Amino acid sequence: MFRRLPEIETALNAAGQTVSFTIDGRPASARAGDSVTAALLANGVTACRTTAVSGAARGPYCMMGVCYDCLVTIDGTGNRQGCQVRVAPGMAVETQNGKREVER
Amino acid sequence: MTQPSRGGEYDVAVIGGGLVGSALAWGLARAGQKVAMLDEGDIAVRPSRGNFALVWVQGKGLGMPEYAGWTKKSSDDWSGFADLLREQTGLDVAYRRPGGFMPMLSEEDLQARANTMMRLHNQPDMIRYPYEVMDRETLRKELPFIGPDVVGGTYCPLDGHCNSLRLLRTLHKGIGLLGVDYRPNHRVERIEHRDGGFRMTTAGGEIRAGKIVLAAGHDSARLAPMVGLSAPVRPQRGHVIVTEKTAPFLHHPTVYVRQTDEGGVMIGDSFEEAGFDTTLQPGVSSAIAQRAIRFFPLLGKLNVVRSWAALRVLTPDGFPIYEESKTAPGAFVATCHSGVTLAANHALTLAPLIAAGGLGDSFTPFSAGRFHVPQAA
Ligand SMILES: Cc1cc2nc3c(=O)[nH]c(=O)nc-3n(C[C@H](O)[C@H](O)[C@H](O)COP(=O)(O)OP(=O)(O)OC[C@H]3O[C@@H](n4cnc5c(N)ncnc54)[C@H](O)[C@@H]3O)c2cc1C
Ligand code: FES
Repeated sequence: MFRRLPEIETALNAAGQTVSFTIDGRPASARAGDSVTAALLANGVTACRTTAVSGAARGPYCMMGVCYDCLVTIDGTGNRQGCQVRVAPGMAVETQNGKREVER
Repeated sequence: MTQPSRGGEYDVAVIGGGLVGSALAWGLARAGQKVAMLDEGDIAVRPSRGNFALVWVQGKGLGMPEYAGWTKKSSDDWSGFADLLREQTGLDVAYRRPGGFMPMLSEEDLQARANTMMRLHNQPDMIRYPYEVMDRETLRKELPFIGPDVVGGTYCPLDGHCNSLRLLRTLHKGIGLLGVDYRPNHRVERIEHRDGGFRMTTAGGEIRAGKIVLAAGHDSARLAPMVGLSAPVRPQRGHVIVTEKTAPFLHHPTVYVRQTDEGGVMIGDSFEEAGFDTTLQPGVSSAIAQRAIRFFPLLGKLNVVRSWAALRVLTPDGFPIYEESKTAPGAFVATCHSGVTLAANHALTLAPLIAAGGLGDSFTPFSAGRFHVPQAA
């Protein structure tokens, strides 16, 4: 389970900005400035997708845009790198099951 | 037990470990021959690792009906070939034959295509096969995602595709199981025909064999004259783009775009005369991407994950060369422009003939002699 470092938690609480979004349709909240991936981890979602061919579970690894293991569906578009997108108010984040669907 | 053969350690040495050489080595070993397959190392010009993976029939053979028949035979035998490979190696090369399309973007192109198909089928001695010329509405029932610019296309139920990288890997695993001696880093520099056998000077030492098969892709052009053969092939570059994997939406292969068994979409079909230069040309990549998006606009949403350029092995008329040397009997050459499509034939039909000692009259049309006819002024 991931937790924010205490000193960062305090600083963020002082700034007081939270963002409401959804994870697979469930309401969730994050700190302003979080990446989608950080927001998922802070909400206890560690496996954000299953792989396109074998269906194995995957979670974020590098947090800096190189490993592509953080892929999720954001506002209907699949295969987005969650660690490279800032979470925004009202954003619909979905964990991604297997391959991206191009038809939607 | 294999008897030591006349003139060498091996019954047959196959020169080249690409799709043509591997399919032949597999078939030769299945026919009981003691086989060596001599190949270059990891760095090589090798279209067997860069192709589009179609097992394609429609439109091939205008000018040589025997090639149309040869292609259709391979397509007909491909499913059984894939089964044999799966039973032997446990690997699935993902061969599917859902029928393929050649979509068209203008009425003139569609008419020209229909005429070509008609001329092809009107040739004497042509093996006929079913195909259809479809208007836009008929085509759209089969390919629901075509864009507004698509006016129609041709369809042939015999067309299919496979996973061609896995085919190469599977053949290599298969020949290993059959006891073929695979020798990478054994580029053949010279071949001598001596005492009824063949001696090859290679980067890894001398190899001797009773028979040889030249399947060295582009290098067959250099090797063939050493044993009284001719393989006037030239490189023709083609670009391929692959997108991220997506859920299946394209259920038929087309000449320009196909979705692979694992979900990536391949975009291809460029033709450039550029010698041995395999550098990617961004202009060509964007042209084929734009054309693909006109066929299927929803491709515009996909991310590209890889692109490359590879070199087709092309004879002057585009048809294969299969021939045994008259001056050095036991030396064969096999080269073609569609090594995926023809893999079933190479493994199941051609290899047993070479194992048995000769190609026979039905292969005369494939002789390189057709390029040496004196041209009228
Ligand atoms: C862009 C593109 C798309 C294509 N799409 C299709 C398709 O959809 N369907 C289809 O059927 N075909 C397709 N092809 C064609 C197909 O890839 C080729 O026909 C096939 O790969 C040729 O195989 P090969 O074994 O003759 O040649 P290669 O792949 O070149 O293999 C030759 C082998 O010989 C080795 N070699 C070379 N010289 C020597 C030497 N002196 N000694 C020892 N070894 C040597 C090389 O290292 C190599 O391993 C495509 C090709 C390209 C370029
Ligand atoms: S976590 Fe590695 S790319 Fe996003």
